[in-house]
Amino acid sequence: METALLKRVSESEWQIEPHGKMRVPAILFASEDLIRDMDAKVYEQIVNVAALPGIQKAAYAMPDAHWGYGFPIGGVAAFDPDEGGVISAGGVGFDISCGVRTLLTGLNAEDLPPIKQSLADALYRHIPAGVGSRGLLNLTDGQLDEMLVDGAQWALRLGYGTANDLERTEERGRMDGAQPEVVCDFAKNRQRREMGTLGSGNHYLEVQQVVAIFDEPSANSFGIREGDIVVSVHCGSRGLGHQIGTEFLRDMAAQAAGYGIELPDRELACAPIRSPIGEKYLGAMRAAINCALANRQIITHLVRRAFAEVVPRAELTVLYDVSHNTCKVEQHQVDGQAKQVFIHRKGATRAFGPNHPAIPEALRATGQPVLIGGTMGTASYILVGTQESERQAFSSSCHGAGRQMSRHQATKQWRGRQLIDELAGRGILIRSPSARGVAEEAPGAYKDVNAVVEASEKAGLSRRVARLEPVICVKG
Amino acid sequence: MKVCDLAQAQADFSPHWEHFTHGADIGVRGIGTTREEAFEQAAIALVAVITDPALVVSRQEIVVECQATDSEVLLVDWLNTLIYEMAVRGMVFGRFAVRLEGIRLHGRAWGEEVDVARHEPAVEVKGATYTSLLVGQNLDGSWVAQCVVDV
Repeated sequence: METALLKRVSESEWQIEPHGKMRVPAILFASEDLIRDMDAKVYEQIVNVAALPGIQKAAYAMPDAHWGYGFPIGGVAAFDPDEGGVISAGGVGFDISCGVRTLLTGLNAEDLPPIKQSLADALYRHIPAGVGSRGLLNLTDGQLDEMLVDGAQWALRLGYGTANDLERTEERGRMDGAQPEVVCDFAKNRQRREMGTLGSGNHYLEVQQVVAIFDEPSANSFGIREGDIVVSVHCGSRGLGHQIGTEFLRDMAAQAAGYGIELPDRELACAPIRSPIGEKYLGAMRAAINCALANRQIITHLVRRAFAEVVPRAELTVLYDVSHNTCKVEQHQVDGQAKQVFIHRKGATRAFGPNHPAIPEALRATGQPVLIGGTMGTASYILVGTQESERQAFSSSCHGAGRQMSRHQATKQWRGRQLIDELAGRGILIRSPSARGVAEEAPGAYKDVNAVVEASEKAGLSRRVARLEPVICVKG
Repeated sequence: MKVCDLAQAQADFSPHWEHFTHGADIGVRGIGTTREEAFEQAAIALVAVITDPALVVSRQEIVVECQATDSEVLLVDWLNTLIYEMAVRGMVFGRFAVRLEGIRLHGRAWGEEVDVARHEPAVEVKGATYTSLLVGQNLDGSWVAQCVVDV
């Protein structure tokens, strides 16, 4: 993106002044290098978002922003229903409630060498990954509906986890307001046998080592020290979320004109929050959030099983579970006034600062953990929400590195087998059913996550706590 | 669609498929002498995102029906229906037949259960999208049907 198109507000904040149909400014958080590397389409898409009815304060782009369907990935926007605010299926994203869950293991780097191979094999055996994989369960209609209403709490009732897991999960593992009755049968059928599966593409399960601590007090509060081994799971609501996203996008696009909404891009499809289709989407989207939370909970159970087989003394506890594709009702300050807004975070992570009531009690004084995913060969980060983030971007931060290269380009540049051997040489074990899939997800196909988190910190969106590097990666 | 893409699409008249790049995403394009053929080829391009379509044996036939407001939305619906059928059946398709009556589609797909060892599926396609969506006829009379798919 050309920096000349933007007004520089500070080292890591850029503004697009309202023009044309924009109702509010657009604000991009990034270093100059990240802005230059940013897809020019992000400009067009964030300007489109700023033109939507009922938008509050500004449309925001996080440092990892890149082109998405309708909304940019890394886009944040809040809407007030009292001002005709909208909800957008494209603004949540297709993989509803895709997110990251990080587990502490009680192990450290020295424990790993003798068990590494067998642990990689056990994880690959226990966690279904990739095309055509099936979960342990085949849900009946009744069970599906219960899962969609109760999320991870439902999974707990089946014995997949502990009460502490819920305490450390956003919404305590259950998103209120889900309406399984508005989730179509196609979406339900697609999910029936997919519970506890990882999926494919950029989804993964990683065993990681904490290689650096940036903020000792926060790290202590999160229970992490340098050298610790943790497990991170990145996946979402699988086929169900995607089917819901696809169908509502189609219906919202068809009905937009009837609500007087002019769509510059069909995939920006949205509807007034207070409309039959807007309310229906909210009920379905919340059901998909529960699906994702239940899915990550079941995967947690499977990870525990794999560890129990190989290293029974490991004790896996949830550090935190946070989604990065959602729309949630939250209270935020707008023009000095506390307001209930519907905040879309698409490829953006909620990042509440210290003392927010939604943060688990044990972490409340520190702030909310913000979990940033990496790719097979690169780092992941644990960040913490800040007070400043509330003022900057409705308490939101980045979510990961984001692709910089197409799958086709990646397969031209790397061979899967070769990449697996190369990573093994660096001490990273890959387990995947598909060599081509691994090549398509080559670490070099992604942007530099270090630059992204650094920019997030400089912009005051969140603060670095720890850097993690992968040692085992299970890919779909 | 970029002009160069269109020129490329026009160069070969016989039914075929190709992938195109849209930023970091992947597009599927079918080209044929009729709209039906273009839809069939777009479906093969969709499968080629997952696996080599030549590896898929036609053991089972599935019948699908779609209806939409226009030809372009119909393409998205056709591809999404195939994605759905593959997902719930645990199958992968390799061959297709399409009959169109205006904006109604009668389709048949042949394939088999996913065999991870043989098909080595690279990635799940989660849905067809409205991005770079186009169904149209070139000046030489050939038909193009294309869109970006989300993986």
